[in-house]
Amino acid sequence: MSKLFLASIKENKEIAGSHYILTLSPLTKTIKPQPGQFFMLSVSNGLDPLLKRPFSIFRVSEKHFQILYRVVGKATEILKNKKAGDVIEALGPLGNGFPRIKPNIKPILIAGGVGVAPLFALAESVKYKKPLFFLGARNKKELLCINELRKIRINPVIATDDGSAGLKGTVVDALSAFLTRHSSLVTRHCIYACGPKAMLRELSFLAGKFNIEAYGAFEENMACGVGACLGCMVNTKDGLRSVCKEGPVFPLGEILW
Amino acid sequence: MVRLKSNLSVNIGKLKLKNPVMTASGTFGYGEEYAGFVDLNKLGAVVVKGLSLNPSRGNPTPRIVETPSGMLNAIGLQNIGIKAFIKDKLPFLKKYDTKVVVNFFGNAVKEYAEAARRLSGESGIHALEMNISCPNKQAGWIAFGTDPKVTFKVVSAVRKATPLPLIVKLSPNVTDIKIMAKAAEDAGADALSVINTITGMSINIKTRRPHLANITGGLSGPAIKPVAVRMVWECYKTASIPIIGMGGIITADDAIEFMLAGAAAVAVGTANFINPKATMDILKGITAFMSKEGINDVKRLIGGVEC
Ligand SMILES: Cc1cc2nc3c(=O)[nH]c(=O)nc-3n(C[C@H](O)[C@H](O)[C@H](O)COP(=O)(O)OP(=O)(O)OC[C@H]3O[C@@H](n4cnc5c(N)ncnc54)[C@H](O)[C@@H]3O)c2cc1C
Ligand SMILES: Cc1cc2nc3c(=O)[nH]c(=O)nc-3n(C[C@H](O)[C@H](O)[C@H](O)COP(=O)(O)O)c2cc1C
Ligand code: FES
Repeated sequence: MSKLFLASIKENKEIAGSHYILTLSPLTKTIKPQPGQFFMLSVSNGLDPLLKRPFSIFRVSEKHFQILYRVVGKATEILKNKKAGDVIEALGPLGNGFPRIKPNIKPILIAGGVGVAPLFALAESVKYKKPLFFLGARNKKELLCINELRKIRINPVIATDDGSAGLKGTVVDALSAFLTRHSSLVTRHCIYACGPKAMLRELSFLAGKFNIEAYGAFEENMACGVGACLGCMVNTKDGLRSVCKEGPVFPLGEILW
Repeated sequence: MVRLKSNLSVNIGKLKLKNPVMTASGTFGYGEEYAGFVDLNKLGAVVVKGLSLNPSRGNPTPRIVETPSGMLNAIGLQNIGIKAFIKDKLPFLKKYDTKVVVNFFGNAVKEYAEAARRLSGESGIHALEMNISCPNKQAGWIAFGTDPKVTFKVVSAVRKATPLPLIVKLSPNVTDIKIMAKAAEDAGADALSVINTITGMSINIKTRRPHLANITGGLSGPAIKPVAVRMVWECYKTASIPIIGMGGIITADDAIEFMLAGAAAVAVGTANFINPKATMDILKGITAFMSKEGINDVKRLIGGVEC
């Protein structure tokens, strides 16, 4: 079940170039979101921008929840100028979220760019399992949440496209190197991922090669967020599935690329 | 002072609605998607996503992109097919005290008629809305909604295939919608839905590629409202069958404007995406307007524009 509600902004803080953390406090009772679920947020009361925009849950506490967002266009430009005390409308939580992690399974979390948002939420909820975390970005400046991860005692393996921090290459390359080194252990792992589509695609081949269960959180342009408009479909072995309602998390092995 | 309860009921031919607020096809799923936000019993009618005889996959993504005060969509009429609708979706809708209008399409005259025939045997379906106006179909198909001769032919065939109230949904992508309205009426339509989306295009200036995988799409939302109001008014003056007005209705004021232009009922589309409770807010707003203006019967708004 999801709800339409108003939330007041507690804080809207820049954490790295063009990346912000928005802290919201709902004005009415809401449903606690699970990692991998998301909210649709309105950034204007008028007709422009018209549609709500989807953002993953980044962090939840008793009274607040947080979104980590990257400024890419019209709505996020407006959002970044919102101040504490401003009230915005939200719809959610929406989508399925990551599946529960089975006992005796060590989670491998892998994030590209702002895809770290839902995986940080997942990491917090399974930190007792000491998940492995692979974090990638284009360059050092765009690496997000390293300190937040260290605070929950997760030391991520880092990869950047330009080699300005960690390994040079993609996070999938980094994971591939790890799996090759530890190939005797891999059956007890499960992969959880979010990032650009190309990354999820590479990852699905890698997971297939090592025969590891893998889940990815997908993105598509959305209008309704509730499975009504059929705007956000992905192609799976079971046919077309909506990212907003049947996803955003899908087993990577189910996707037809 | 005696306060008369205002009468909200309207008739779309033989189809009697408890109030004029309907949902627009393709924007309300099969009803269940919004049942957590809207009491479906309170709607004049639920119009479901367009169905065809066989399931249809639709277009590749991106299928939607926002434009100033509007959105382009190129869903491509993805649907589960009539058989699955009757088995999996209709039982849910039957539980509600509202009218169920099934939007449908075919890829040939025969398919339209066959689809109408299949839908007509089912209890719980109160009317059919025939989509001849999707802008995301191939050139040959577009003729159903843009060539009055083809419109007449396909509507006549469907008319023979169904005893249910038949609503024909017109395309705004024509030079003169009056001719299309007349063709549909002459072929036996009981009502007209005006308008479907307007063909549009949007380009990413950095990549130089269209935002939609389908290149073009259908524009909906507030951006199209004045065009839609004008077309409802033109159809109202030309045709003698009732009109369901739609295109950019966000508020009760918008809905009332459509009724004044000649709509007997209104359908709410894109607004559902922005506010899942939009239909209920619009209904409340119409009632409030009526009591403020001392109008006791909503039918008195229909065609009330003075010009
Ligand atoms: C389920 C889901 C969860 C999401 N979670 C987050 C999140 O936690 N944090 C976050 O920052 N974003 C997230 N997104 C993406 C976010 O919704 C978009 O970035 C946002 O809608 C852009 O809105 P805008 O109006 O600012 O940009 P628009 O004006 O709509 O687009 C501007 C430009 O940015 C590009 N763009 C749009 N969306 C994306 C995208 N997803 N990635 C890269 N470029 C894009 C467009 O192609 C366009 O050229 C999520 C998306 C989905 C579907
Ligand atoms: C995502 C989307 C899907 C639609 N699907 C259909 C459809 O299947 N059949 C149809 O007749 N019209 C369809 N329409 C058109 C709407 O029913 C309506 O005529 C149009 O959107 C104008 O109304 P609005 O501006 O209130 O959305 C669709 C519109 C949208 C936005
Ligand atoms: S956004 Fe409408 S179906 Fe997913």
